[in-house]
Amino acid sequence: MMKEKATVLSDADIKRVLKRISHEIIEKNKGCHNIVFLGIHKRGVPLAQRIAKNISDLEGEKIVSGKLDITFYRDDLAKRAKQRAEITEIPFDIDDRDIILVDDVLFTGRTIRSALNAIMDFGRPKTIQLVVLIDRGHRQLPIRADYVGKNIPTSLNEFIEVNLLETDGCDRVVILENKIQGNNVKC
Amino acid sequence: MLSVKNIIDVSDLSTTDVSLILENADSFSEVLSRDVKKVPALRGKTVLNMFFESSTRTRNSFELAAKRLSADTVNFSATASSLKKGESIIDTVRTLKSMIVDLAVIRHSDSGVMNLIAEKIDIPVINAGDGKHQHPTQALLDLYTIKKSFESLEGLKVAIVGDILNSRVARSNTALFRKMGMDVRLVSASMLLPENIDFFGADISSEIDEVIGTADVIYMLRMQLERQSRKYYPSLKEYRRFLGMDIKRFKSMKKNSILMHPGPVNRGIEISEHVMNIDGTQASRIKIDEQVRNGLAVRMSLLYLILAK
Repeated sequence: MMKEKATVLSDADIKRVLKRISHEIIEKNKGCHNIVFLGIHKRGVPLAQRIAKNISDLEGEKIVSGKLDITFYRDDLAKRAKQRAEITEIPFDIDDRDIILVDDVLFTGRTIRSALNAIMDFGRPKTIQLVVLIDRGHRQLPIRADYVGKNIPTSLNEFIEVNLLETDGCDRVVILENKIQGNNVKC
Repeated sequence: MLSVKNIIDVSDLSTTDVSLILENADSFSEVLSRDVKKVPALRGKTVLNMFFESSTRTRNSFELAAKRLSADTVNFSATASSLKKGESIIDTVRTLKSMIVDLAVIRHSDSGVMNLIAEKIDIPVINAGDGKHQHPTQALLDLYTIKKSFESLEGLKVAIVGDILNSRVARSNTALFRKMGMDVRLVSASMLLPENIDFFGADISSEIDEVIGTADVIYMLRMQLERQSRKYYPSLKEYRRFLGMDIKRFKSMKKNSILMHPGPVNRGIEISEHVMNIDGTQASRIKIDEQVRNGLAVRMSLLYLILAK
């Protein structure tokens, strides 16, 4: 059981954050003609699609967005309950493109390390830029995000729960505290 | 996680296990469609292929599956002929133990020998075919092939046709298909059926024409010509007449039904040249090549689920 400690982003906050990040991506890349999105399963996928749609609406260009599953690239399978792998879908060529890689929470950096390895098996992109909704610190690898929704310094016994409409039925980010009796968190 | 350590008999697998294996096979099918068909999931693991009976496609499929997961492979070909059976099995165990590998894929001509081997060693064992007993990975890849061809497995009518007596494929496929809610019928002549036919729990027909218009899946078994010196069947002509797939029968198969065979096909016996060489839209109903492709994805899924922990 985990106890809900605080809501850090509401649905309106998430909307604003994604809008801001969309603008930052366009600004940094001087437009969007060369960018493609890759969302990491599972919550990176809808986030990538939303940002891609924002940019597409702003710039009037079609932006493609793929899905990346990194299960087979993990180095910590032993420490995780083995879950079902999702399907990777990258229906476009990534050679010489600017890839915007999207995930919900940046923590140790190991997921991103796995994702970088997976991407390299598909080709040689020009750049890879990282978007995360939440950066909670505690990096174990030299990895940083290019676009951050919100920095939330956490302790190791806290847990960041990201809920998205597409995967969980509502939009919000909450901090949970481990090992404390409480109500189960629901949308 | 699978509920079992070894893959020896399909009846040990729960339906949850089977679903997990097939769902992950979908992910591996995607990996196999990439330019770089290799993932690092089993880096540092070693898979031993130990085949006491000849095999090309199963052994190559396991070897390729392991390699595409970045595992190392060792192939140990052995012929048990010069050894007494008891000695050869103990030797096997000893060799396995001393090689310090992570998993053993074993094929042996003795039905049921796998349990004995698995008892003696502490690494997982995958049965790649033991005598007339079981061939679980064939059953899983066949199930996966069927699952990709139909919306639901429940209630599908499967006819398994041919040499049931000598076929481990018939045994493991019947058990697995029935477990997943399919309706299995065995089509064979009395001399090609085992005595304890009730064990299968399937209905029996004696001619392929009885099922041709109603079966969703027609599964042709390989005629075990090498065992024909014992005269299980009067003549190949007779076999063709009652149990063979010719173009006329192929055309009278149920709409959207599929034709399968574990390979290698004896052309002109189980399946006629004409059917094998068919092209156009009808060719997509013959799943023989797809079965081999799916075999790779299913074996990757199994190796991954057993070893990546």
